Amino acid sequence: MNPAIPVEYGLVLAGLLFATGLAGVLARRDLIFMLLSLEIMLNASGLAFVVAGAHWGTADGQVMFIFILAVTAAEVAVGLALLLWFHHMHQGLDADKANEMRG
Amino acid sequence: MNMLFIITGAVALVSAVMTVTRSNAIHALLYMVVSLLSVGMIFYILGAPFAAALEVIVYAGAIMVLFVFVIMMLNINRSRSEEKQWIRPSAWTGPVILTLTLATELVYALWPGTNGAFPILVISPVEVGISLFGPYLLGVELASMLLLAGLVGAYHLAHHIGPARDREGDRL
Repeated sequence: MNPAIPVEYGLVLAGLLFATGLAGVLARRDLIFMLLSLEIMLNASGLAFVVAGAHWGTADGQVMFIFILAVTAAEVAVGLALLLWFHHMHQGLDADKANEMRG
Repeated sequence: MNMLFIITGAVALVSAVMTVTRSNAIHALLYMVVSLLSVGMIFYILGAPFAAALEVIVYAGAIMVLFVFVIMMLNINRSRSEEKQWIRPSAWTGPVILTLTLATELVYALWPGTNGAFPILVISPVEVGISLFGPYLLGVELASMLLLAGLVGAYHLAHHIGPARDREGDRL
């Protein structure tokens, strides 16, 4: 265990970063900003894993961070392709324009 | 070391809030890169140098470059005068100040004599690698399948945008 930094500090920081990202997803309507806020949220969850791994002195936290990294890379690739597709169809990035789906 | 952590965490939080509240996408990206760099610094302080390196290379490097590419593709028709307006000092002073804070911390941490800045317990890349290809081997395979699916999905979506653009190009 790493005694110099209390685990609470790291978890509080991860929670605040996650809340920032969540507020961004909820408040912003621009798709690029929504994707960026998702990045912040995924990054905060990875930070929480690394903090926990450092607290217990195991490598598992960093392993989970690497998995989150892979998930993020796949999500960004598909998300940005969808964003280009959306811009092509609606001539803009306003998420409220995607309201013609009746299901 | 505790102080280093608090300052870096404050930089990460401030730049994340600035990312969410900007109106210009490129300015938001600048703050986002600072936020990712400071989270990488936190990983280093926590004794996870491998995660810190991956954070800088993959997040602040590769993923942010993808965002920059997409914003560049969507902003093709903007004029030059608007671009001049974008690089006025008020756009970059904020990220520069935050980055200089991080750079000062880095210099302090690497300065000879400040051994207190280094974590007591470092989880080396060797341990991470052994764990990754030992008990987590199935997870690595699943992650590779996920990345392949992401690649195929992104190619499929971009492929179907392509023909319309080509037809426009033919008309020109």
